[in-house]
Amino acid sequence: MSVLVFVEGLHGEIKKSSLEAAFYGSQVAQSLGTTATAVAIGDVTEDALTKLGAQGISKVLFDADERLKQFVAEAYVKVIAKAVAQEGAKVLVFAHSNIGAAVGSRLAVRLNGSLATNVTSLPKTDGGSFVVTRSVFSGKAFADVNLYAEVKIIAVQKNSFELTSQEGNTASVERFSAEVSDADFGAAPKETVLLDTGGSVPLQEAEIVVSGGRGLKGPENWHLVEDLAKALGAATACSKPVSDMDWRPHHEHVGQTGITVSPNLYIAIGISGAIQHLAGVNSSKVIVVINKDAEAPFFKAADYGIVGDAFEVVPKLIEAAKALDK
Amino acid sequence: MKILVCISNVPDTTSKINFTGDNKEFDKNGVQFVINPWDEYALTRAIELKEAKGGSVTVLNVGEADAEPNIRKALAIGADDAIRVNAHPKDAFFVAAQIAAVAKDGGYDMILMGRESIDYNGFQVHNMVGEMLGIPSVTPAFKLDMVDDSTARLEKEIEGGKEVVEVKLPFVASAQQPMCEPRIPNMRGIMTARTKPLKVVEPAGGEAKSEYVSFSKPEKKGGVRMIDADNAAELISLLRNEAKVL
Repeated sequence: MSVLVFVEGLHGEIKKSSLEAAFYGSQVAQSLGTTATAVAIGDVTEDALTKLGAQGISKVLFDADERLKQFVAEAYVKVIAKAVAQEGAKVLVFAHSNIGAAVGSRLAVRLNGSLATNVTSLPKTDGGSFVVTRSVFSGKAFADVNLYAEVKIIAVQKNSFELTSQEGNTASVERFSAEVSDADFGAAPKETVLLDTGGSVPLQEAEIVVSGGRGLKGPENWHLVEDLAKALGAATACSKPVSDMDWRPHHEHVGQTGITVSPNLYIAIGISGAIQHLAGVNSSKVIVVINKDAEAPFFKAADYGIVGDAFEVVPKLIEAAKALDK
Repeated sequence: MKILVCISNVPDTTSKINFTGDNKEFDKNGVQFVINPWDEYALTRAIELKEAKGGSVTVLNVGEADAEPNIRKALAIGADDAIRVNAHPKDAFFVAAQIAAVAKDGGYDMILMGRESIDYNGFQVHNMVGEMLGIPSVTPAFKLDMVDDSTARLEKEIEGGKEVVEVKLPFVASAQQPMCEPRIPNMRGIMTARTKPLKVVEPAGGEAKSEYVSFSKPEKKGGVRMIDADNAAELISLLRNEAKVL
């Protein structure tokens, strides 16, 4: 029962969420007494792929077709399905990203398999069952799900697993081709626009997120959020009212109907903590709340809190963060 | 243009989540159910396209009779008719199979739904339906327009950016904000919704591939550690040395 991990690349490197999936896959393989192979597609270099060895991957199948640098679900599914057949894989592991969930869903149909997304635990395989824990109800609960089809597909929630670093271990990279054709690119993007994140990582990938709410009083004060994020190497985010008022773009809105994040550190500035906002952030490992209202409900969900005026508190934090030796 | 919009019946966003029977089932007691907020974007955009280009909007729900008030609400917002597949939605695979069975012979130009449901957060059904029907799936989209009668132009979110996709009909797409401003039904809509057709059909086979065994809630936090605003810089030191997240 071999394990196959799908890894995504961006700008030549492997996405951190895919490294986490690789580590997860190698752990599953170990528990099943088998090995984990990775299949890589798209914008990633062979040099970067050899580093998957540090996450326990011994072999990588790499389809370097230039057209695959852009994501098209149908084409990616074709490549991964061929790798599944070649390796005889019965467990597939992906990152729970827009791409990972899309190809995982299509593969579940094609392979008649069971799929669980947003997975936060390694599988429990007692008595022939294969049970994983996944986040449900927008992070307000967890569910144990038994995947009972022969092929099991798991999309791992970002930042749910620490990476290992087995330094010196490298993966061998084998060229591999699923011979995709132009017909597989029917829904190919006409244009790709990467957002200017000021050099920081995308919000969904970020380990630290600094988020602002109405307490910042207006978009002209957003430099406080941005400067703190820059000093901490964090991504920026906002609450729903802020994006509804067009202070910030919608792709920064974090919450139940926005982006769900699970960083190591979430810093909320001037956000009261409505239940819908909490639902999008409560799987963060550490939550910091800064609000001048001591009764703000967010304090109940926080690990650290400061009652104070953001305009006085945040500049002190920026100064202290800048003084950290990185 | 003929559009199929799939809606889920989900707990209101303010609901407190609890479970019954040894944590095996969601406790519906005292919980108000609403149209899945993500699906509202799909529904409203479908109605806007119908108003601009003509055609019809059919609402589809895979669920039991208790979903009908929200199906009627979708009709009140402006859908023309509705289909309810009379089944407990076991898992994403099962739901996608029901949607594909309805869509297969329906001649729909596009099938729209929200990016995920706010209860089970699967983010699976749209892509599964696309695969089952052998048509493209574009997800998650935040803009949807027609280029001409046979081609749509969508903008979809990717990690760290966006992509513009032009796709031939038919296709599946999932919706998220800011695709449109979801509508609230008006009195005239509520009155006319009562007489719009709501067809109930039995499930068309389709096996589930997974089973929920039990539910749990996150462990309660140990309580907040407050830091004096005058000494705010101490927070950075605690985050590094105590919480070890910097």
